[in-house]
Amino acid sequence: MTNTAIKVENVSKSYIKGAISTGTLSRDIEQKIVSIFNPKKQLALKQDANLVWSLKDINFELKQGEALGIIGKNGAGKSTLLKILSRVTTPTKGAIKGNGRIASLLEVGTGFHPELSGRENIYLNGAILGMKRHEIKKNFDEIVDFSGVESYLDTPVKRYSSGMYVRLAFAVAAHLESEILIVDEVLAVGDADFQKKCLGKMGSISKGQGRTVLFVSHNMQSIQSLCSKALLLNKGTMQGFGNVHEMINNYMQNKENKISLVDRTDRKGDGKVKVMNIHFIDKKTEKITNNLYAGMQLIFDVELASNQFKISSNLEISLGISDQYGNRITLISNKVSGQTLHPLTNGNWSQKIMINHLPLAIGKYTITVFVASGGQIHDWVIDALPFSIESDSYFGELVHTLPTGQGSFYLDFTYL
Amino acid sequence: MEQPKYDWTIKSENPWFKLDLVNTWEYKDLFFLLIKRDFIAFYKQTILGPLWFFIQPILTMIVFSFVFGKIGNISTNNLPKPLFYLPGIICWNYFAECILKNSTVFRDNANLFSKVYFPRIILPMSIVFSSMIRFFIQLFLFIVILIIYSFKGFQIHLSIAILLIPYLLILMAALGQGLGLIISSLTTKYRDLALLVNFGVQLLMFSTTVTYPLSAAPYNFKFLIELNPMTTILETFRYAFLGQGTFSITAILYTSIATIIIFLLGIILFNRVEKNFIDTI
Repeated sequence: MTNTAIKVENVSKSYIKGAISTGTLSRDIEQKIVSIFNPKKQLALKQDANLVWSLKDINFELKQGEALGIIGKNGAGKSTLLKILSRVTTPTKGAIKGNGRIASLLEVGTGFHPELSGRENIYLNGAILGMKRHEIKKNFDEIVDFSGVESYLDTPVKRYSSGMYVRLAFAVAAHLESEILIVDEVLAVGDADFQKKCLGKMGSISKGQGRTVLFVSHNMQSIQSLCSKALLLNKGTMQGFGNVHEMINNYMQNKENKISLVDRTDRKGDGKVKVMNIHFIDKKTEKITNNLYAGMQLIFDVELASNQFKISSNLEISLGISDQYGNRITLISNKVSGQTLHPLTNGNWSQKIMINHLPLAIGKYTITVFVASGGQIHDWVIDALPFSIESDSYFGELVHTLPTGQGSFYLDFTYL
Repeated sequence: MEQPKYDWTIKSENPWFKLDLVNTWEYKDLFFLLIKRDFIAFYKQTILGPLWFFIQPILTMIVFSFVFGKIGNISTNNLPKPLFYLPGIICWNYFAECILKNSTVFRDNANLFSKVYFPRIILPMSIVFSSMIRFFIQLFLFIVILIIYSFKGFQIHLSIAILLIPYLLILMAALGQGLGLIISSLTTKYRDLALLVNFGVQLLMFSTTVTYPLSAAPYNFKFLIELNPMTTILETFRYAFLGQGTFSITAILYTSIATIIIFLLGIILFNRVEKNFIDTI
């Protein structure tokens, strides 16, 4: 039997753009007086204060024990939605109904007082987050244990290292006993080990204890591992709600294709062979995907259109891959491998290129496409398509990734 | 399967007047912890610690005795100067602290308000009560000094009005809370008012009978002085312990009504600001 934990109905939130008030009483009065004598100015002032909808008509329903990931670009309205759900601010329209206590964790260590000891802060922070005294007491040992600051319990937290501070704060929050837990990207703190511990704790909260979790993150990997459902937001509107893999895929696609390749005008060449689009296909599933990971078997599906193209010499199709700083990492080209292509002279066709064991580390990359034959450039689009590698299984599942700053690609090495 | 009934609903409307006591009671642990926090944090930062609770009123009393008593030669109704000034100082301190701390409640707690929900009224309420602890400590000091004076031969005239002390305390708390909330609601929009508050409260002190007895006030201004609800509270307070001062039921009635109005106005404004404060800060 699963009950509704939270039901969001037509929730919208608007802000007034521009000046609501000048901020000082004297200038407010001054403007009032001005507007009495000069109605035109008043009008201008009103128009300036136009409404901006940061959320519009959000609808979804979560059952008890479900974990929802909320994804979207910066400014998509994720934080606003969280703020409304956690009752920090009110919706302009719509309503949210639910069952069970809500606790929100929009920031780690809210209300910590630097002068108070760790022990006192556990109680204070717990109470701010909505815990009862007896609940904190019951979980006290566990909280201390989780945080690992046992020997500093009676030291004021202002003497804590930032790591200890964060660990203690998360430990308190992780032991909230509410039925619904709202978590903003707080896991972006602490060292890798502690982050893993936090993720594990969150997983056990939603899966093990059957509590409902709403989770905002830019890290698709943690969303994927924690959540069963996802809500995709874009500029304040709902772009999708449902299966987490589907939504992440949508999101990646949405994020990367700002202007579709076919519409790009900043290209060079005579256009006799034009690159229309590039898809990524996961060889394992034979499906188009945007969820790329190191070590995958990947097919670049390059869609081309030929227009009165005469085959005079070997056609070259090259994909240059650059990292996010614009450094060219490598080039995929049939000129390098010495293969001969079989293009169509007229109409749409596609060229597939397979990468057996994608050696790119986690990060952002772009593809530059180049099509030419016999010294004649047909199409050349610089930074035609950005893509990102989101996760890593180059050496199999659950193996450490390349540390930051240690390069962007793998060699296929084995220790003998 | 589907439950038509829900535990809670979040809607856009905010009631015009709301003092959700049930919901607030749920957070009583937070309330007490906030009081404890204020209290501990206050003396943890200082060398002399809780001694400050005594030093401040005693120093003020000495300065007042010297400036107003000796130099200004203002009447103290034939009372020993320390006994005359101390109750006024203690009460005014409490009242002023309620106003000042409440008036910055939004600014001081913006971070807390923007990150986590709890009934907002808890914070201003905890301020009033944590200041009350200080008030009690200072009241204790006053009683000790009173006893010392009685050993030195001063005749104490405790009156029946001493039973009104708890009520006077409630009035002061409500008045300080109400005024503080009104000011804090206005200062979130108009920052310049915050500058006014600090010395405004100081100046306001002279419009009540902290430094002089009501009986010594010039007749023309007596009405203005009595208009300040704090005057009645101070006078009654003095009357209760020392038997000197003005005691009038009508004045208490007027003060009670004025306090209730100010308190309710404070709550209403607070609710209005609380609703969209986070969006505008």
